[in-house]
Amino acid sequence: MMTQITSAQAAILAINSLALGGLLFLLSSGFSLIFGLMRIPNLMHGSFFMLGAYLGVTLLNRGTNFWLAAVLSGLAVACIGGVIERFLLRRLEGQVLPQVLLTLGFAFIIADICLMVWTGDPWQPSAPSELRGAVQAFGMFFPLYRLAILAVAMVIAIALWIMVDWTRLGAMIRAGVDDPPIARVVGIKVSQLFTLIFCLGAALAAFAGVIGAPYLSVYPGLDFEMLPLALIVVILGGSGSLLGTLIGSFIIGFLYNFGQAMFRDLAYVILFLPMLLVLVLRPQGLFGRNVA
Amino acid sequence: MSARLRYGAIVVALALLATLPLWMGNSYYINITSQILLFAVFALALNVLVGYAGLVSLGHAGLFAVAGYSGALLLQAGFDHLTATAAAIGITLVASAIFAALSLRSTGIGFLMITLALGQIVWGVAYRWASLTNGDNGVNVSTRPAPFGVSLAGATSFYFATLIVFLLALLTMAIFVRSPFGASLRGTRDQARRMTALGYNVWLIRFLAIVFSGFWTGVSGLLFIYYNQFISPQVAALTSSAEVLLMVISGGTATLFGPIAGAAIVVIMKNVVSAYIERWNLVLGVIFVLIITFMPEGLVPGSVRLLRWLWQTLQSRSGASATRPSEELKP
Repeated sequence: MMTQITSAQAAILAINSLALGGLLFLLSSGFSLIFGLMRIPNLMHGSFFMLGAYLGVTLLNRGTNFWLAAVLSGLAVACIGGVIERFLLRRLEGQVLPQVLLTLGFAFIIADICLMVWTGDPWQPSAPSELRGAVQAFGMFFPLYRLAILAVAMVIAIALWIMVDWTRLGAMIRAGVDDPPIARVVGIKVSQLFTLIFCLGAALAAFAGVIGAPYLSVYPGLDFEMLPLALIVVILGGSGSLLGTLIGSFIIGFLYNFGQAMFRDLAYVILFLPMLLVLVLRPQGLFGRNVA
Repeated sequence: MSARLRYGAIVVALALLATLPLWMGNSYYINITSQILLFAVFALALNVLVGYAGLVSLGHAGLFAVAGYSGALLLQAGFDHLTATAAAIGITLVASAIFAALSLRSTGIGFLMITLALGQIVWGVAYRWASLTNGDNGVNVSTRPAPFGVSLAGATSFYFATLIVFLLALLTMAIFVRSPFGASLRGTRDQARRMTALGYNVWLIRFLAIVFSGFWTGVSGLLFIYYNQFISPQVAALTSSAEVLLMVISGGTATLFGPIAGAAIVVIMKNVVSAYIERWNLVLGVIFVLIITFMPEGLVPGSVRLLRWLWQTLQSRSGASATRPSEELKP
């Protein structure tokens, strides 16, 4: 059942794992912030990822610059997320279950609309031309673009960390995560924070979808493949913790790639094992403080 | 509704169901009714958790598929129907116990997330572990059983078998709701802390409820593979979990007959919609959003409330004094 792999293959797998980990971080950090602040798992987060990727593909086919396309589709999906949050989720404030089910309903709607517009064929845009080659190191070739994904993810991770830990906005977010009613009492407009974080999360997910597209490609069902991954990352890392999300993302990135290569049939089960372990031993997640 | 009217309605419904193949000649409609009944069993099982335990599971299609796949694979391996179904139920009970042990690490939203992830594991195994489950091609079930020498191959005989199982499920649910166990389960839903203080083992009560729900989910999963004579990973997908949850919510949770009405609504809608367009998921999503936004208490009570509000608005327009709609709308 187990397939042996050579060290050269392992090196390539490690690069892929780092790239996937970076993408998962972009996806899950928004998911985790939304979950930490609004106390709801946003079940359309995978749909934001897929919708963003599709929008990006369309822009790229029209000749838009790669990074511009990624940012534009991030903004577009942020608007969609903002509208859903402001006009539908807001109406159900305080009713957790209806909110979750509403996001699930939208996940189905987005999935079917994407299937209608972009058909069932997979799309795989090419990486930006300056990043298409491979770099040589230690006598092996590493695909440059996957390293670029990692680099972009790290830059955004640092930016998010600075935002959450060092700015006034970040202090407000942390206050909202810790105790929403008290945050309101001291004059923080928590509802506006909700909308802002929801838009930010949606934008990050869509951005990740576009920059991930040359690596993962875009196809129907990508949404519900990414959603459980974000879910495990957050269960692993603990909700509302950026560091936990970062570490969780890389754990899952490595397990996914090495699991696929070494235990083909059971790759999906292996992916969930650390989650089960964490649930049994430390239900609040590796870096979480309160039980979900 | 007075008790006499209620019993009258039940007797009429039973009579209609028992004689259905006589006055509904077309086997297509008989099959649809079988489908409604088998999904009603599934919805009743989920309602034990959603309605009476206050635990919303988004992974129940996983348990449904565990039963279906174990049954189908054991039959394919050459076991007879009795052994295969009994073993499948046993496997499902074990799977439910595992689901329960893991998901009860948390309640509320945590429970929902863990069940969703567990459901996805089952889907992943069904889809990716092709050497066991035949992957996307699914598993065929070549024959239907013939209990006590009665072949269930035809639409009518299968319908009656499904009806008997459905009535058994309904009966156990009715007993369960009225039993001390049902009362204590509702207690854990409403006042978990107080139940603990009273000396009840809240965890154990919830655990048993999940296993009980798993049992009937497994039974409906077996009915499903015998009905379709085929199972594929689609059965374990998140869409299926969402569909059965929609059945429970749309009919009204924590009622005995709500899930049955919900199953009828969803199955009929799915068949009608699929006949015209391919966009079932879109319709499913829209119904979800509409029900949750406008009728959180379920389709039937929700429609009654909206109609009453509309009626009163019309009356107040024509001059008569009526309660203000904003007051009426408050749940």
